[in-house]
Amino acid sequence: MGVPDMDDLSFTDSELDYHVRNALKAAVQGDCDFYNQLVAVIHHKERLVAEEVALLVTCLKAVTGAVSSIHIAHHRSLLAAIFGMSLWDYGTDVMDALVELLVSLASSSGEYVDLCLEMLVGNFIPPSAPPSASYFMELLKQPRGVAKKGQVLDRVHSTLKDIASVVPLSPLRLEKIVRDRMPNIYTKEPFIVMYVENMLRLESGVMGELVGSTILVALVDRLIDLDVEIAWDEILQDDFHKGIFDMELEDLEGHADHIDQDCNELTREALIQRFFSGNLVAEKLDSLMVLTFEHLRSCAESGRLVQVFEILLQSFQKTILTAYKSKFAQFVMFYACSLDPENCGKMFADLLINIFVSSLNPEWRMSAVSYLASYLARAKFVPVSFVAAMLESVVNWCFLYCKNQEGDINPKAHKVFYAGCQATMYVLCFRMRQMLAIPRLKSQLRLMRIEDILGHPLKPLQVCLPSIVEEFLRLVKANHVFSLPQSFVEYGMLESENSRAFGGMERFDMFFPFDPCLLRKCDRYIRPNYVYWSMVRSTYDEDDGEGTSDEDVEEAYASRDGMSIPDDGSGRSRDDEGDSDADEFDYSLDKMSITPRDSSNKFGGRMQRFMQMPSKIRPSASPESL
Amino acid sequence: MEGLKECEANLVVYLHPSKAKCASDAILNELSSLIFTYSETFEGVVLAYDPNICSNLAKILPGIHPYFGVKLKARLLLFNPKPDMVVEGEVVKITPQSIHAVVLGFSSAFIADEDIRDDFKHKIKRGKEVYVSRTHKKHKIKVGTILRFIVKSFDEEILHISGSLVADHTGCARWLDKNLDEWSQADSTIKKRKSGEGEDEKPRSDRLMVQREALSLENDVQVKKAKKKKKNIVES
Repeated sequence: MGVPDMDDLSFTDSELDYHVRNALKAAVQGDCDFYNQLVAVIHHKERLVAEEVALLVTCLKAVTGAVSSIHIAHHRSLLAAIFGMSLWDYGTDVMDALVELLVSLASSSGEYVDLCLEMLVGNFIPPSAPPSASYFMELLKQPRGVAKKGQVLDRVHSTLKDIASVVPLSPLRLEKIVRDRMPNIYTKEPFIVMYVENMLRLESGVMGELVGSTILVALVDRLIDLDVEIAWDEILQDDFHKGIFDMELEDLEGHADHIDQDCNELTREALIQRFFSGNLVAEKLDSLMVLTFEHLRSCAESGRLVQVFEILLQSFQKTILTAYKSKFAQFVMFYACSLDPENCGKMFADLLINIFVSSLNPEWRMSAVSYLASYLARAKFVPVSFVAAMLESVVNWCFLYCKNQEGDINPKAHKVFYAGCQATMYVLCFRMRQMLAIPRLKSQLRLMRIEDILGHPLKPLQVCLPSIVEEFLRLVKANHVFSLPQSFVEYGMLESENSRAFGGMERFDMFFPFDPCLLRKCDRYIRPNYVYWSMVRSTYDEDDGEGTSDEDVEEAYASRDGMSIPDDGSGRSRDDEGDSDADEFDYSLDKMSITPRDSSNKFGGRMQRFMQMPSKIRPSASPESL
Repeated sequence: MEGLKECEANLVVYLHPSKAKCASDAILNELSSLIFTYSETFEGVVLAYDPNICSNLAKILPGIHPYFGVKLKARLLLFNPKPDMVVEGEVVKITPQSIHAVVLGFSSAFIADEDIRDDFKHKIKRGKEVYVSRTHKKHKIKVGTILRFIVKSFDEEILHISGSLVADHTGCARWLDKNLDEWSQADSTIKKRKSGEGEDEKPRSDRLMVQREALSLENDVQVKKAKKKKKNIVES
């Protein structure tokens, strides 16, 4: 029985089976002739004609039958050839034969399990070596590319399942491999997005219970990595004097679609475009967050959002809460809460209040209360009674704290207390009117020890962020709720020395994590559930002669589909422009967030003032002021 | 089934100081990290644990992080299949060249066609693959069957068993138990072994020879010898 010549292609399938087995055994002895031919067939992948495809398929099937004869050391080149194949390079016949071989290898010996899993995970994205990468990126934009992607990924995932059914412990190894092979933040966007798509597909698949938590944690870690890479410096240049909006106008004159030249308006859209177009990192983060949102939505539809949310909460506590000024990644939590306010929304708030009240790390406590305040203020779906309950917990803690304090003002020593006070005031700026409209909550509010904590010798009114204090005092005066010291030194100031002192290096005094999301694609998901200051602000204006009513307040917090006021402030009453006081406070409250809201109304007659705003927004100590 | 044993271990678990409030949870966490891993100390894969904390006192280690060591006794269930042990598992996949089974729900077992005795023939019945014994038509192995087989080797890292169905007392466990007479008489040497001796040289060495043949590492002479002896057993 001579060794057949591979070029001959004239032997039967069963003959080939027999020859392949012998070849493997012979190769161990040193006779590698047929073995080498076999390896050559497997390596061959360029422009295969039909017979070559058939040969390759037959060879793969023959090797599948002979796995028990494969030896990891003696048949290294064969194994390297097999594991070097990529499903993306072939048609479905070869794909099927290859995945069958992989299942067979994985189940025959423990040595091959990791290698098979790694190869399959590597096929989550097309080959990314330079010549192929651009080819596949182009291909994927066409319908046949999309079809190919479906063929490959369907097989990859069903093969992972098949291996798991034969090797029950493989998911344990799979989760590590998936996490370790996750592309880093410098990978091109289509590839990193595709990999994450696959990760989420695993999470929602049958192995989801086993690998899901590792996958979600790895995803959140990657979101934070991207988030941290987006430098605010790129967005707000440090040139105080030029004023970025000054530059904005000149630049944007060219972009006629985005600006209405006539009234010289600058829409939010245009500003986002300016800030983030071309910022690859932001675009990647945007795409990944949208993927995550979609995944959360499908989890909610299939009823497993709460389990997934529990994992996200743990990840939030470890990674997002402790990250230095996370900009957008936290909106994952916001969106999840919006899908299920009764469970997820409550769990989120409970976690934050617990950290504030009982954690041992002061920075985490300040971060948690900032998150809580921003969440309660901005989440349209949180019922006002819940807000009142949470507020009461914060106020109670502050009260107990300051009851035992006799000293004078000291921003650094009592920073957690000041953070709690500021959080209280911030939430009330947004929610006070709404709470006062309900008698039960109004009396609850009155019974809270707010006067005691704000009037205490520790003088939180002088330490907290002046812009917030100002607005809060104005509201209090207008609504006759509490009696508080009215003397206030620093009008019109965004920040003060004291606030900087209590905020510390991380500037917790100016940390409002759920300020409007500047990522365009994400924003569409968040917007229906989001409260913009302009929505609430318009209900506070009693001097403009329009007369506010409780209904206005209700509208501001209406059901999700209710309000979708574009944030250029066009929903606001134009009469406000005449009222300088209102505008003054509006500016100062706008200073709470980077997003220049209501800027459209200001351009006309207030160019001068507006130009000064950026320099006030720019925090003195650190670039990030969110 | 062989290979399972219970042991009583005296353990000391060292915990980080932050866990001082919830020591028992932390201990359970530590013990659970042992599950499904092969432990050299205990000589087996830990499958289950039952801790019993002896006292509330723990020794604090000196150092930057003063870990404290909690003493406890734990009963551990260990799995350590050694070559020639008989184990049972559920068949999950059948191919013309192999049978795959899962032992105790976590360990993957693989039996190559060289290790399936010639008595079993691979067939496809009604679209399903099955191995049927030539001598006893009712003796079938298909997906879902509880398979009794002999351990050839055990990979401690991935907990993978390589098995063999060469011996006559291997196969579908239910059929073997029901039909004790039929197969135990077929080979008198096997019967001797069943009486608990295992000192019978001939079948044992032959089995070893057959196994070594599958590894294909010896020279032709021995291969021929083994084949002859194997033929002898089948015929007798």
